[in-house]
Amino acid sequence: MNFNRRQFIKRLVLGLASVEAFFLLRNGVGNNAPDTNAEGMVNLGKVDSFQKGNVYPFVAHKLYVKRMKDGGFLALSNQCTHLGCVVNLNPQSNGFSCPCHASHFNENGEVLSAPAPRPLDQIPIHIKNGELFVDLAHPKKRNAYEKNQLTYA
Amino acid sequence: MAVLSKNKYPQSAFEKFVLHLHPHRIDQRALQFSRTFGLGGINALLFVLLVFTGLLLRFSYVPTATEAYTSVVRLQQQTLLGGFIRNVHHISAVLMVVVSFLHLLRVFYAQAIYEKRAQNWIFGLVLFLLVVASNFTGYLLPWDQLAYWAVTVITHMVEYIPLLGPPLADWVRRGDSVNGHTILNFYTLHTGILPIAFLVIMSFHFWLVRKAGGVALPQTENSEKVNVLPHLVVREILALFVVLAFIFLLAVFYDAPLLIQANPLESPNPAKAPWYFLGAQELLLHLHPVFAAFIIPLCLTLFFFSLPYWGRIKVHSGVWFNSAQGRKSTVATIGFSGIFTLVLIGLLEYALHVETWMPGLPGWLTSGMIPLLLYMVPTGLFVQWIVHKKGKRSRVEVLQVIVTGILTSYLVMTCVSWFLRGEGMQLIF
Ligand code: HEM
Ligand code: FES
Repeated sequence: MNFNRRQFIKRLVLGLASVEAFFLLRNGVGNNAPDTNAEGMVNLGKVDSFQKGNVYPFVAHKLYVKRMKDGGFLALSNQCTHLGCVVNLNPQSNGFSCPCHASHFNENGEVLSAPAPRPLDQIPIHIKNGELFVDLAHPKKRNAYEKNQLTYA
Repeated sequence: MAVLSKNKYPQSAFEKFVLHLHPHRIDQRALQFSRTFGLGGINALLFVLLVFTGLLLRFSYVPTATEAYTSVVRLQQQTLLGGFIRNVHHISAVLMVVVSFLHLLRVFYAQAIYEKRAQNWIFGLVLFLLVVASNFTGYLLPWDQLAYWAVTVITHMVEYIPLLGPPLADWVRRGDSVNGHTILNFYTLHTGILPIAFLVIMSFHFWLVRKAGGVALPQTENSEKVNVLPHLVVREILALFVVLAFIFLLAVFYDAPLLIQANPLESPNPAKAPWYFLGAQELLLHLHPVFAAFIIPLCLTLFFFSLPYWGRIKVHSGVWFNSAQGRKSTVATIGFSGIFTLVLIGLLEYALHVETWMPGLPGWLTSGMIPLLLYMVPTGLFVQWIVHKKGKRSRVEVLQVIVTGILTSYLVMTCVSWFLRGEGMQLIF
């Protein structure tokens, strides 16, 4: 084999440098990324404090909790599925509207008008000892509202 | 200037420096102001201004989520001329986008991008992307509501790139939403990496202008040459003072905006992207995000980078619009594209709600393909018509029509988004 020393050393150095660059970029730059989902389970209070047929905003946890007429709970992320703005309650439609590009969602978080491509994400709810917990670490993407997304006390 | 013109050979260090940038002698016709409008030179000046004011800002700016906003407020209120320096940086940054864009238009319409200038068009486009990237990374730094939500919206756009998008967006933001680490990322890019990239690419850009033999000029038999010193240099110095005076004067009376501190829990209504991205935001209102944030930007980028390689036949380098006919078809295209874009926005807003008429169909069809075709088909027909109206046009003039159409649409969308959209991003009439 025709072994070219210069070429070999060049390639070796380049190869090592790329490996180093890769880890620098991946670990160094991305390293101290805050774990924004670290919050995990959050207690939102007594089940009885939620009245049937009402929507409750939890701004600090970036979600809405809706209690249906039949007592079922649905928690919705307040992050617009379009480009991440915070959606507001729309008193006229009882749904949600986004200030950024005018997406509208109905009361169950389904898209009424684009550009949002899918319903608001659902946040899993657990009820223990009459208290309501939301699992912020596991938001669920969904294509439509279904009855089985509700949680009952 | 007497010193400059008396001697055949340069004497002072300044003169020698100038002759490293410029050749000794240039064509008389290159001096005419309307040849280039001095746009490239003004851009270089703006870059120098941005470096100086930026380095001064670095003395007081603190790149953390808790401190960034207050450090900017402190700079404005407690530092002598602090507000002025920030204003100069802000105004120069805005001007740089405008001037770069006009410069791009100038070289395109003067047919100065073909053949030996093709490579420099590529470098120029890279510089333009660097201008936009610098502006965008700088936009986040004051950490006010405007900054926070503009960057939220744009980084979410990145997520629509198939496969690569979400990890890339998380990496740029260092997290799934804009946070303090995003500031550090953007700060490093804005005040370190991007300025260095500017210097490197700008050097190539200048060198390639000289290599192509200066600015593009129409072919003639007898061209007269003049000395750069003083003929070009006095004009450059004059332009420098006019631009500096303009910016400094503006910086005294116009304050760079600063809203209330960023609040990740509440989007302002309406929330708008930085002004140079408003056209893209308008597109997002009407089109499925995979189209608006990925397919269309990708196609446009490829198209613009490949421009010089499409039309090489019958180019009249240095002739505005290539010919009198080219000028006419350009003007007609501006008229058509401007009106058509406005009408289409109105129709999509008030009448054509395809996704509510056909809820069964997938979104990429109803709010992607269909609106796109609604734009492409009439525009395509118009291009066909204008191209064949008076005999067949040359390739460059067809390209000119297409580029004019695209840019006019973008400008119209920018204006609509900027002036005609109010609360909830609804049209205000
Ligand atoms: C070496 C070069 C540069 C340095 C060191 C620098 C530094 C800075 C710093 C520290 C800030 C934050 C202070 C503030 O927001 O008022 C800032 C803001 C900004 N920079 Fe730069 N910069 C440089 C070049 C550029 C360039 C080339 C552009 C655009 C083409 C640009 C556009 C901006 C913008 C739009 C802002 C926000 C200004 C505002 O809010 O008023 N910068 N820059
Ligand atoms: S972010 Fe909500 S509509 Fe765009």
